[in-house]
Order: sequence, then structure tokens, then C-alpha cells
Amino acid sequence: MTSEELLQIAEEANADREASDFEVNVCVALGCLSQHSDKLKDTLTAEAAAASPRTGKRCHVRGTGCMGLCAAGPLVRVGSAADAGAQTLYAGVREGDVKALIESLGGKPVERLTAHLDQYFRGQIPIVLENSGYIDPEKIDEYIGRDGYQALIKALTEMSPQTVIEQISKSGLRGRGGGGYPTGLKWSTVAKAVGAQKYVICNADEGDPGAFMDRSVLESDPQRVIEGMAIAGYAVGASKGYIYVRAEYPLAVTRMTSSLRDARRRGLLGNNICGTTFAFDIEIRLGAGAFVCGEETALIASIEGLRGQPRPRPPYPAVSGLWGSPTLINNVETFANVAPIIRKGAEWYASIGTEKSKGTKVFALTGKITNTGLVEIPMGMPLREIIFGIGGGVPNGRKFKAVQTGGPSGGCIPEEHLDLPISYEALIDVGSMMGSGGMIVMDDTSCMVNVARFFMEFCMTESCGKCIPCRAGTAQMYQLLTKICDGKASHADLDLLIDLCDVVKNTSLCGLGMTAPNPVLSTLRYFKHEYMEHIDHQHCRAGVCACGSKPLSELSQAEVPA
Amino acid sequence: MNLAPPPLPSDDKRWKIVNGTMRRHGFARHALIETLHTVQSSFGFLDDVAIRFVAQSLHVPLSQAFGVATFYNHFSLKPAGKHTCTICLGTACYIKGADRLMAEAEKRLKIKAGHTTPDGNISLMTARCVGACGRAPVILEDSELLGLVEPGVMLEQLERWAAHD
Ligand SMILES: Cc1cc2nc3c(=O)[nH]c(=O)nc-3n(C[C@H](O)[C@H](O)[C@H](O)COP(=O)(O)O)c2cc1C
Ligand code: FES
Repeated sequence: MTSEELLQIAEEANADREASDFEVNVCVALGCLSQHSDKLKDTLTAEAAAASPRTGKRCHVRGTGCMGLCAAGPLVRVGSAADAGAQTLYAGVREGDVKALIESLGGKPVERLTAHLDQYFRGQIPIVLENSGYIDPEKIDEYIGRDGYQALIKALTEMSPQTVIEQISKSGLRGRGGGGYPTGLKWSTVAKAVGAQKYVICNADEGDPGAFMDRSVLESDPQRVIEGMAIAGYAVGASKGYIYVRAEYPLAVTRMTSSLRDARRRGLLGNNICGTTFAFDIEIRLGAGAFVCGEETALIASIEGLRGQPRPRPPYPAVSGLWGSPTLINNVETFANVAPIIRKGAEWYASIGTEKSKGTKVFALTGKITNTGLVEIPMGMPLREIIFGIGGGVPNGRKFKAVQTGGPSGGCIPEEHLDLPISYEALIDVGSMMGSGGMIVMDDTSCMVNVARFFMEFCMTESCGKCIPCRAGTAQMYQLLTKICDGKASHADLDLLIDLCDVVKNTSLCGLGMTAPNPVLSTLRYFKHEYMEHIDHQHCRAGVCACGSKPLSELSQAEVPA
Repeated sequence: MNLAPPPLPSDDKRWKIVNGTMRRHGFARHALIETLHTVQSSFGFLDDVAIRFVAQSLHVPLSQAFGVATFYNHFSLKPAGKHTCTICLGTACYIKGADRLMAEAEKRLKIKAGHTTPDGNISLMTARCVGACGRAPVILEDSELLGLVEPGVMLEQLERWAAHD
């Protein structure tokens, strides 16, 4: 494949696209698929074909990836094939709406189905998600039609591995798997490490419950991840890659498997890629339901066929990883950013975001929020704008209480910090962290002690058991939190809990234990009064804990919190 | 040391599929998890015979094979019921009331999560996020995903399964 051949494929794909007058894009990613959008797509195809001779309108019906607003599915976007930007988005489309929808092509949109979501899209900058909802994820040529694989060819034919790494470093891209480690620096460490064989691993374990960005990228635009990994392989000198996907994502696995086959067939994986000496191929490995396998050393152990238990670092995988070889391990979203950076340049990417956190971040907005779904926002956007602007605020007239980020390693951020511009550092300063991008909004029906207990139970059951502070500490903290929820705890129990947070945080082997106390620490920091109400008055203001909630009159006036 | 692969445990065709996975990986030790995945998807669970057969074929110590089989939540050592109701207890689902769904299901089936009704009809399982958090709370009825689930809808399905015995 040369760049001329690539251009030709792109031109053909786009000519195909423009041969139709209209297109109907139906989301067939997990959320909409669970509402049978595949059948809806078949009905739309049949209806469009039936109407065509009569109306003379040529219409292409396409299954696409995620359009973002999962709660409002099934989502369908229709309009002129030549101008994708001007298409109309329909929400909650049913089989019965198909006729009206096809009839309306070229005329007035069907008002009752139109999703009025200007607010939802305002301020979003799609880079990782630029193709999501616009291409058929199972057609590599559609990806190529939207500039796909230009970056790989540019890297292989015009850039040295060194310049690729320089571009990634200059872009300011940081790891999207949670830690935020500078990606360029990691790549250059692996490039410098000595070893006859090196590996590239894509971490698609996405263990943080409540987060589904990586699944969505894999299902909606799999080629983007493959291209990013291949560029990384070239940059660090690796010829072999693995994608470690969790077994809970069968659709992502199927699409990735067929995408790898297509990329090989197009000569974009395998030997002599694009007529150069560069060889690279990728295999899929399935996770088996262990959260700790998202941790890089545990993940490597799992690929080696062992129990997924972390080991102490250093040595870091960059120096000694899979089978002792230098190994680059990055998150799905990190790889998804690579091709646009190479294509459009580091300066362009670095112009988005804050001083230390560049580019965009995809978040999964869930919980008590009106617009549930995926959003991609530039770093530096205030939390308030995400939650109350894009997210549309808390529904049912309830009151916002906290937003949880960072999953089981993160924390709960209260109203007073909502004007915080999103960045790796700012989130850590308020006791949470970026994490992989789960953003769960809670209203006044959530009890913060109960939430802390929920996360502690998660860490307790997911602890791999290798180091004692994490194995025994999380179990004891869980018991103490249960005691508080049940209204049976004393002040001494609370002191012990606080002590344990300190011990587990500082003495655990891997990130799971080191961050397990975070949900407790952050809720104690902002919602200590809720802990005290449970302990002193056996009162749960949200009314969810076993201790029950008391009428306000029974709480002494002085202690009734505002 | 005898390196010849052991004979298939029985003439059940599914062992050939299992063997196929191992062959594809050149009977390498690191194929252990991939192979157990094949056993799990072909037989529905891992029994003693299967784990021993895989361990012997891949020349992996039994301790390692059992270690792996019991470490990962995806592998189950018991057969599941005819139907499985899986309730997601991930964060997004928890905030949207998954615990209530679980309490209702446990009450209706008179079993705890992770168990199967004594007649072997329905298993009640939990998941840690299936990635459909946008539609929380989420359950899986056998392998079909259902979002924005109200307790009533779930109970009706359980009734239907119970009736079709
Ligand atoms: C307990 C634990 C779970 C983790 N889970 C994930 C995960 O699900 N996905 C992920 O990409 N990184 C996860 N990580 C971070 C990885 O160890 C690693 O830092 C990351 O994959 C590196 O990629 P990045 O530099 O692109 O972020 C986890 C870390 C810990 C300690
Ligand atoms: S938390 Fe239930 S699907 Fe993600």
C-alpha cells in the first residue's frame, strides 16, 4: 500500500458515499443494539429500497458506532450524504417510525423524533470520537475515506521512529488509562531499551465500573486503535502487539477480530507494511473478569497465562515486560489519539487543553444526569459546564450532591468544586483523580458513606490477595464502613478507619491497594457530617442505609446540618 | 518425561474444539487462559476433568491450572442453570438502584447471588459493569442485554422462566 493507493481507496469510498442522495445512519453499538437497532436498520433498509423507485431518491442505510447519547437510543442520524454536518439526529426511533422517517428525506425533519441537543454537543471537540457514528466500524474503507491510515503511511515513509516519538512528546499527550504518564516519554524509554523482541500492548481491560469509553471506541472505530498501535510499534521498534480486552465486551472482540483481518488483507498489518521493511501484527487476548488485570504488570502476567497478580516495579514493563522483553503498554484512548497527532501535527494537538493536560478527554457521563452517554471535551473545561451544560443537570428536580471520578481509585467531588477546570493535577488536588473517564453524578438520594462502602466492597473482592495490607486492610475497612452504615459504629471505629486508610495507602504493592482508601478519604473530606450522623444519631439522610433515617425533629437542633 | 499429549477425556466433540485452541497456540504454556476460555464457552463451566486435561496437554503444573481457574471470575467451576439472570452491580447501576433489583430477585428466587435454584432452572449472577452504563440499571437475561430495567420487568421474566419448566 502506497499513499497513492490509499488515496484511491479513500476516493472510491467517498464516491460510494456521495453516490447516494441521502444517508440513514443507525447506531449499532452496544447501547442501541440492546434495543434491537440491528432489526431497525434492516427495516429501514427495506423501506428505503421500497420507496426509492417511487421517490427517485437514492438512500444508503448504514450501521455505525456510538453517537454518544446512549440513554436516548435507538439513535438514527439522517440527511444529505454530501454534508454529514447538517444531518438530523433522531432519538428513541421505533419500527413504527420507519415510514415517516424515510418519507421525510429531503423534506422537513420528523419533529416528534428530533433530538434537540444543541446544548449536548456544544463545547465538545471530537478527536478520539471523530468517526464514531459516522462510519461503519466493520468497513475499513470507510475509515480510510475519513483520512484513516494516512498517519501510518506518513510515519513509515516520511518520518524516522525518533521523529514520531518527538511529535508525540511535543503534543503533550498523556496516558488516558488513569495515571497520566507522558506518552512520548514512555515511548522513548521503550525505544531506547535493549532487546531483540519488543512488544506493544493495548490495555482494553476497562475495569472501572461505570466507564465505557474504551468499549465504545473499540466497537465504533476499531481501525483507529490498530493504526495507533502500528505507529507505536514502528516508533519503539516492536513487531508484535496484543490487545487485552475484557471478556465482558463480546461485541468489541468480534469487531476487533474482523478489523484485524481487514487490516491484514489491506497490507496495513503483516510484513513489509506499505512497501517498507516494517513488520507488525496484533493478536487479541481475552481478559477473564479480574479488575486487577488492568494494572500493567498483572495484565502482562495474564497474557503469559498466569494468575493476574501484579509485581513490584521497577523494573517497569518498558524495560522488562512481557516475557522479560521491553514492552510498551498504553490505554485504548491513548492509542486512539496517535493517528490524529501524526496527521495534523503536535502543535495542533497541544493547542487544545491546559498547560499540563493537553488535548481532549472522553468521559462516560452516567448516574443521576439528564443526558447520559459519552462526551469528548477539551481538557480545562469546568466540571460544572460538563454536568449542567452538556449533561443537562440532575433530573427529576433533585439536588446535585457529588460527582464521582476515577472509579474505585477516585473520589467524590462536591458542589463547591464544580468550577474546577478538568485536568490531571486539578482532580488530584481535590482528592479525586482523572481515572479512565467514568463520571458518575449523584443526587441527594445517594448516601456518601454507602457509596464509600460500595467502592470498598469492590476493592475487597477484587484484591488479588498477594500483599497483606490490601487483602486484609480492605476487608477490615469494609467491615468498619458496614458498621457505620448500620448505625453501630463508635468514634473509635472511625479513628481506626482513618488509620487504616493511611496504612493501606502507603504500604500496598500496586495501585489497587494504594488508591483503595481514596473514596473513603474524599467522602470524609467533604461529607464528614454524613459519617457523624450515622454514628451519633443512627441517621442516614438519604434513607438508604440499614440504620434508617430519622425525622428531622428527632435530631437535636444544633446538629441538623444545613 | 512423556511429552505426548494425553488422549481426549471422551469422544464428546467439544474436546476437539478445546484441542484446536491449544494446537493453534502450539501447545504453549501461555495458552492456558485462552484454552480455559474455550472450555468455558463450550461446556459452560470448568470441571476437574477439563482442568486436568488442559494442564496435562500444556505441561502446566496442576497447581497453576487450578490457580488460574479459581482466580478469574469469568471461569466457573459449577454448571449454571438452564437460564441465567445477571444483574450488573457496577457503579452506574448501583447509583440507579441495582441493589433493589438484586433484593427483589433474591426474594423471588429464594437464593443468594451466585447460586442456582435447586431445580437447576435459574442462576442468579452479578456483573461488574457490562459497559452499557448509559442505560443503567442493566441486566442480562441469558445473554440478552436489557437496559433501564424496572423491578417489575425483571420479575416478569423470572416468572416466565419458572413457568416454562
Ligand atoms: C488496579 C488498577 C487497574 C487499572 N485498570 C486499568 C484499565 O482498566 N485500563 C487502563 O488502560 N489502565 C488501567 N490501569 C493503569 C495501567 O496500569 C497502566 O498504567 C495504563 O494501562 C498505561 O497506559 P496509559 O499510559 O496509556 O494510561 C490500572 C491500574 C491499576 C493500578
Ligand atoms: S455499571 Fe452497570 S453497565 Fe456499567
